[in-house]
Amino acid sequence: MAKITLDNLAHSYLPNPKHEDEYALKELNHDWADGEAYALLGSSGCGKSTLLNIISGLLHPSQGRILFNDRDVTNAPTAERNIAQVFQFPVVYDTMTVHDNLAFPLRNRGADPAYVEQRVQQIARMIGMEETLNRKARGLTADAKQKISLGRGMVREDVNALLFDEPLTVIDPHMKWELRTQLKSLHHEFGHTMIYVTHDQTEALTFADKVVVMYDGRVVQIGTPQELFERPEHTFVGYFIGSPGMNVLEASVTGAQVVVAGMPVDLGQSYGKPTGKVEIGVRPEFTRLSATEGLPARVRRVEDVGRHKIARVDFHGQEVNLILSEDQSLSPDMTRLVFDPAGINVYADKWRVPPEGEAA
Amino acid sequence: MSLVLEGVSKVMNGQTHIYTTDLTLESGTMNVLLGPTSSGKTSLMRLMAGLDVPQTGKVIWRGKDVTGMRVQDRGVAMVYQQFINYPSMSVYDNIASPMRILGKTKTEVDVAVKKAADLMQLTPFLARKPLELSGGQQQRCALARALVKDAGLVLLDEPLANLDYKLREELRAEIPKIFEEAGSIFVYATTEPEEALLLGGNTAALWEGRVTQFGPTPLVYRQPVNATTARVFSDPPMNFLNVRKSGDRLFFGDGQGVTATGALAELANGNYQAGFRPNHLELARHTQDAMEFTARLQVTEITGSETFVHLDHHGAKWVGLVHGVRDLPLGVLIEVYLDPRHVYIFAEDGALVAPAAYAMAA
Repeated sequence: MAKITLDNLAHSYLPNPKHEDEYALKELNHDWADGEAYALLGSSGCGKSTLLNIISGLLHPSQGRILFNDRDVTNAPTAERNIAQVFQFPVVYDTMTVHDNLAFPLRNRGADPAYVEQRVQQIARMIGMEETLNRKARGLTADAKQKISLGRGMVREDVNALLFDEPLTVIDPHMKWELRTQLKSLHHEFGHTMIYVTHDQTEALTFADKVVVMYDGRVVQIGTPQELFERPEHTFVGYFIGSPGMNVLEASVTGAQVVVAGMPVDLGQSYGKPTGKVEIGVRPEFTRLSATEGLPARVRRVEDVGRHKIARVDFHGQEVNLILSEDQSLSPDMTRLVFDPAGINVYADKWRVPPEGEAA
Repeated sequence: MSLVLEGVSKVMNGQTHIYTTDLTLESGTMNVLLGPTSSGKTSLMRLMAGLDVPQTGKVIWRGKDVTGMRVQDRGVAMVYQQFINYPSMSVYDNIASPMRILGKTKTEVDVAVKKAADLMQLTPFLARKPLELSGGQQQRCALARALVKDAGLVLLDEPLANLDYKLREELRAEIPKIFEEAGSIFVYATTEPEEALLLGGNTAALWEGRVTQFGPTPLVYRQPVNATTARVFSDPPMNFLNVRKSGDRLFFGDGQGVTATGALAELANGNYQAGFRPNHLELARHTQDAMEFTARLQVTEITGSETFVHLDHHGAKWVGLVHGVRDLPLGVLIEVYLDPRHVYIFAEDGALVAPAAYAMAA
């Protein structure tokens, strides 16, 4: 296992990039701690696969260095980096049995046959394919093949890191649960350094110790799931994480008071006088409706999502979402919107403004 | 105006893809086909479209038997998981193509294309080629083409599966709005329970080639008629516990038991499967008659505002979804609680014996 360091790393797919805009991956410095599970989260085109490909050595960065345990591997080919990778679509040898597919990375490195046997059995149990070990991979369903890819990615214990690029895209929801839990227990057990690329927030949040959120070629926040939920550093993080995402409303802030659509709301904490485009962000989980207090609004519709409900509320022409519990119902006189002060974040030009006195 | 499947079935190469199925879909409704991969969603859609002819049974469209009629003659629009557009044509021409084939006038085509493009937020991109668009825009182009066709039957086969999560969330909210104006029959296949709930309308739960239940979406979710539907319509999966009711006790495992409370106290003696959804498992006792279980905590997953707890209860895997961020030690036994109002009772063969009390109140 290894610590992975990104040193002044940046990448452009153009030969002579001049502007920052021309970089698919903007300058980045980061240490991936040894043995941690990370998720790289962002929408398509945000640079997350570019970054993963640089770490794996499939792509040479236009600038900066990459180090494994402080050793410079920037120019080392993928094979020398000693990493395991699992891609979005299954990569299996169709003519080989499931067993031989799983054994391949070990045999390839001349592992002891008894060890290979024991390890293949262990992995097969993990991915639930003990019964199909002697079948040829050809003719198996896409998700069975992807399970083989996952298994093969995890079969070697001596890799520097495990890299996953959207590995569960082709897997059914129920199986996703099982495989994700397996990955998680595997990490718990062996402590591999893992980097998991996904656009799916649930996968990212539930898998990782730390989530790296990328937006437009830039890392906008690295944090635990709780930090990303409670204190999104950028409005994009607020929007991207959470279903529905954070409500963002234009506002003006002075000290501990915010004015939204001409009406005052108490913030509970003082923010000085932020400048630029000032907005407040409040997650649907911290927003509720009341008959007696708050800002006038109109409920447009309520969607029943099973375990909770989502109310879509019109507030001065803008849609504000809020979450109601499964057994909560709305009375027609609940036409006021209340924001829980503890759940309000203040933003200036899309970046979070810390309240006075918050440790940086 | 409706589409009726009357005893249709489909066997291919000796394998049954669809067992004898009866289904009636009404105009102006959204109908979700919910089930895992290979449960028969696409097979059923192909029968509805006329791409396949059923072995048995009839397809009745607007009162007329269309069972062998070619798909071209039926007025059907389909959107697939893969974004299918004509790569050499502009977005405008892509959207216009079905209407041109129908021989509409230039003005009619123009009006319809612009309206659809506007709805799908494609107006700025009409002159571009599909490959110059993002994935979401490409799929919106395919959806716009299905829309202008003004087909009586629109089949959407996992149309958002290849899109980014957030984009999916946004399009999912748009699709019912867009199509509800059109008055057609919509059929939407998905593997995701949450997607079915967000789309609303009716849901047909599918399992291994059988429609296990069909009805209004929230009703199918809250009042599944069997354990299979409950399992299909629950993500994370529904938790199950084999129990034996005897006197006032529910026994499970190696002779462990809890006092049967609430409606469970009324149950006749015998063997059952008790089912409950992850969000109803609790880490603290909230009601007096909550049942207490001891299970081993294997993994926790934190979503930011909630925590998934993965438990081993006498060899059965349970998942709980609890509010807040819980930092719990792994590998230890913990107590979990279940309000009897949240428990579904199924017979050993899976048929519903008693619905969860909360679901009847909702």
